[in-house]
Amino acid sequence: MDKRLIGKRVVRNEDPRLLTGQAQYVDDVNLPNMAHAAMFRSEYAHARIRSIDVSKARAHSGVIAVYTAEDMGADCYPGPPLVSPPPTVKDVIFNSRRQVPLVKDKIRHAGEIIAVVIAETRYIAEDALDLIEIEYEPLPVVADIEKALEPNSPLVHDDLDSNLAAHLVQKKGDYESARASADVIIQRRFTIERGTAAAMENRGIVAQWDAKSEALTVWDTTQAPIPIRNGLAARLGLSESKVRVIAPFIGGGFGPKIMMFYSEEMLVPWLAIKLNRPVKWIEDRRENFYATTQERGQVHEVEMAFTRDGKILGIKDDFIHDTGAYDPYGLTTPLNTQSHVMGGYDIPNFTSEFRVAFTNKTIVTPMRGAGRPHGIYVIERMMDIAAKELGIDRVEIRRRNLIKPDAFPYEHGIIDQAFAPLIFDSGNYEAVLNETLKAVGYEKFIKEEQPRYRAEGRRVGIGVLPFIETTGVGPYEGARVTVEASGKIAVATGVGTQGQGHFTSFAQVVAEQLGVDVTDVRITTGDSAHFNWGTGTFASRGAVVAGNAMHAAATMVRKKILKLASKVLNAPEEELELEDGMVRVADIPQSSISLSDLAALANPLRGAVEPGTEPGLEATAYYGPQYGPTAFGVHAMIAEIDPETMMIKILRYVVTEDCGTILNPLILEGQIHGGVALGLGNAYYEKLHFDENAQLLNASFMDYLLVGSTEMPRIEVHHLETRSPLNELGTKGVGEAGAIPVPALFAQTMEDALYDYNLEIRETPLNPNRLFEIARKEKTA
Amino acid sequence: MKPAPFAYYAPTTLDEALSLLSEHGYDAKVLAGGQSLVPMMNFRIAQPAVLVDINNISDLAYINAEEGGVRVGALTRHHQSETSPVMARHAPLIYSTMPKIAYPQVRTRGTFGGSLSHADPSAELPTLTTTLDAKFRLVSQRGERWVSASEFFIGLYTTALEPDEILVEGFVPELPPRSGWSLQEVNRRKHDFALAGVAAVLTLDESGICQDARLVFLSVGDRPMYAERASNLLKGQTLTPEAIRAATELATTEEIDPGDDIHATADFRRHLAKTLCQRAIEQAHQRAQGKQ
Repeated sequence: MDKRLIGKRVVRNEDPRLLTGQAQYVDDVNLPNMAHAAMFRSEYAHARIRSIDVSKARAHSGVIAVYTAEDMGADCYPGPPLVSPPPTVKDVIFNSRRQVPLVKDKIRHAGEIIAVVIAETRYIAEDALDLIEIEYEPLPVVADIEKALEPNSPLVHDDLDSNLAAHLVQKKGDYESARASADVIIQRRFTIERGTAAAMENRGIVAQWDAKSEALTVWDTTQAPIPIRNGLAARLGLSESKVRVIAPFIGGGFGPKIMMFYSEEMLVPWLAIKLNRPVKWIEDRRENFYATTQERGQVHEVEMAFTRDGKILGIKDDFIHDTGAYDPYGLTTPLNTQSHVMGGYDIPNFTSEFRVAFTNKTIVTPMRGAGRPHGIYVIERMMDIAAKELGIDRVEIRRRNLIKPDAFPYEHGIIDQAFAPLIFDSGNYEAVLNETLKAVGYEKFIKEEQPRYRAEGRRVGIGVLPFIETTGVGPYEGARVTVEASGKIAVATGVGTQGQGHFTSFAQVVAEQLGVDVTDVRITTGDSAHFNWGTGTFASRGAVVAGNAMHAAATMVRKKILKLASKVLNAPEEELELEDGMVRVADIPQSSISLSDLAALANPLRGAVEPGTEPGLEATAYYGPQYGPTAFGVHAMIAEIDPETMMIKILRYVVTEDCGTILNPLILEGQIHGGVALGLGNAYYEKLHFDENAQLLNASFMDYLLVGSTEMPRIEVHHLETRSPLNELGTKGVGEAGAIPVPALFAQTMEDALYDYNLEIRETPLNPNRLFEIARKEKTA
Repeated sequence: MKPAPFAYYAPTTLDEALSLLSEHGYDAKVLAGGQSLVPMMNFRIAQPAVLVDINNISDLAYINAEEGGVRVGALTRHHQSETSPVMARHAPLIYSTMPKIAYPQVRTRGTFGGSLSHADPSAELPTLTTTLDAKFRLVSQRGERWVSASEFFIGLYTTALEPDEILVEGFVPELPPRSGWSLQEVNRRKHDFALAGVAAVLTLDESGICQDARLVFLSVGDRPMYAERASNLLKGQTLTPEAIRAATELATTEEIDPGDDIHATADFRRHLAKTLCQRAIEQAHQRAQGKQ
């Protein structure tokens, strides 16, 4: 019998609860005497507050309290920096400016909170919002990231000389001399615009203060419950052990739910203590469009140097990154962009300089992809342009430059988002490319099918391109594995979960070591009362960092089981087998003991636990990587476009992913499907439209176009497994992979489909209107 | 996103509902399917002081075949129209367009009368009823009147309805023999409001010459845009590619008024209207010739 559980298509342990509506979300927490908060948010993106009058709101029937920054007094100070700037790079500029719970004097983006109303119901609280009177002095608005850095721009932060939030240069080799020896130099400019993560569940917080035991319990839709607990304890002057943060089931995080601390996260627990009443705040969708962090705004000026036969000599990429009104999350996103702008290619010379700009827009923090799609967009668009200019097939030019299998570990000599050296641990890139070409039928399509379509007047294009994903960064995660008296396995971790199937994939890792059914492993995650060390679920790191901590703890428990069973069954450890919740002596099935009985023996009610041993079958372990593993994949798309309406139909979508050891293909494929959905959104549907006053024009799902089931193609996923040598399980992350290459792939496919229009796409997201304009311009040019 | 306070009535008879509207006038809004009104209330864009919920009035949902057409009750859900054999037989243009209206959840609640009374220029039913020259029965305590679709739709979310009136039913004439129809639209996503769209109906005489034609556009003006001159241009003609092109040109350069928004510029909308108009006439022509 095959005892391996890792790599099996195990159905998810959590689904029965989720599908029958029994899973607890933050909004399901309803406590006696609970009050409801609603936020008064600024309409203006940039304005000075002249006066605030909350007297009518306070007098409104059913209102419990109204607070402004002034009422909050000394407790109203900025949140802590979430990620400090990189210490290891020379001459870095970083101006840390962070959001406050309530704004006192100057509004820096539309949606900032000026006052909070607490009432008996949310309805009453919202009615009272209409009674608050604010006198604003509107200020000139910083809406455009390039203009933001011009000398005469209005300032988002008056105490700074400019809107420059950060500046950083990274170099590898010597780009200037590579340029001097190049046959061909290609220069382009690319713009990438903002979208939003649009998790199905908006943010929400419920805080409960127990004055008698001076204990605070907070239910929070956070991806990082442990850091929230520690930060709240520090902020509120409480012992960490008196603050419990629970991140229950979360309806999608995608990055923005690890921004810390959101204004509401600072406010709601404070209010619960102040009022000595439980307080609930649930973000509505409109608030989410203004108050939850966003991403993707960058402008790149790129130059690449090639030899005549398509070998890349070097790349120079200067870009501006939009951080919005504040920069609590440091430089993670632009550093990721830098780490990905060389793609999976062997590029000897590299210079990248970025400037981060403050603007009067919602704060930018990582969102699924987190700077990576930008880097891949830039390099892959440049590769397509180079292929055309050099007259080399677009697959062939990529093949010539991919990092070879024997070049790993491949050291770039720059730093990544975690300030660790950017090293690609392992990979077999060309094999992944070949697998994809075969699966999509590239040769046949180009030689037979496409000419036939074109003869019929149909415009059907194909795109194929590779991408990398740096994943699984530190610092660490931990897990505690316990064999309970029932024989079931209890596992606790601090990592948090947001729908990735952790209750199953982690259970598989543990069950494989302990020889139990996957359903007998019960995972507890995101509750600081159960496990209080950890950072959170982000950066495609759950399976790598928490997964390996699980594996380490389970391995330790396995050793304890074997040691005790060896004694009980009077057989050497190496002859013991763990299977079906039993320990058996190999070949003597009648000589066995259940894990349940063994757990009881390990934790006796009478007698003694031997000196030098611990009671129970339990172990806690941690895993912290020195640097993260890098995954690789290739996506291919065949799509038809109607050049009159610019309506598209995706006929084929093929993914080959190599993220090392696969824990559960079902979950992995689900991750990729979701990622591709976001990627397609970023390519052709999802765009936040801001006007020149930084006012968002499409703050609803009627006008912000998410990709739905009717737009999604069927996705064929293929796998290769190049184990990571960096960790025991050999895993690499995949959480963001699906989203990363799609905008670049879409652009390539559209250029191919509209072959007779001679398009060059240099922006994302596109839409039919924009594509129509570009096509018309290029055709008449 | 909670609505402002409002008084709520759920009358069970039309008379009661009319009496409430007569009493509250402009302060009242009729709630039917609620697929537009309720979101607007949650955004506090609409803050009616009084809501008159007509969903408990039982005799307002029907689709009945009659001499020369089909009579449709105001509370008929889109889903009923979508699955009605009577609608399929007597008003195939409406029947076949139904799946393009939003998505199944909306069609389960949304109503015939509600969509018409809301008068969104991007909605299909106002355009379809204008194309088919339908008429609506408007009732108040003061009495009742029939108003044609062309007169009913006045502007953006604006109709001939007085604040004390309810649109209780519509009459949709059946197309004569040798008629063809088509609805063409472009939507960003399958269930979105159209960026642009057009409905066409044509009737041919026995020799194949166009006897009657109506072209009505959606999403390119403040109401269903009836291209009367272009429609007249087709009459008496053999529908050659040149004739179709000429009518399309006239309709889309002179008889529509597209606007700019974040989803499309007026320019692109006009371009789409042109492409779609040509396709709609061609398809309607095919159908009129019994080819589809």
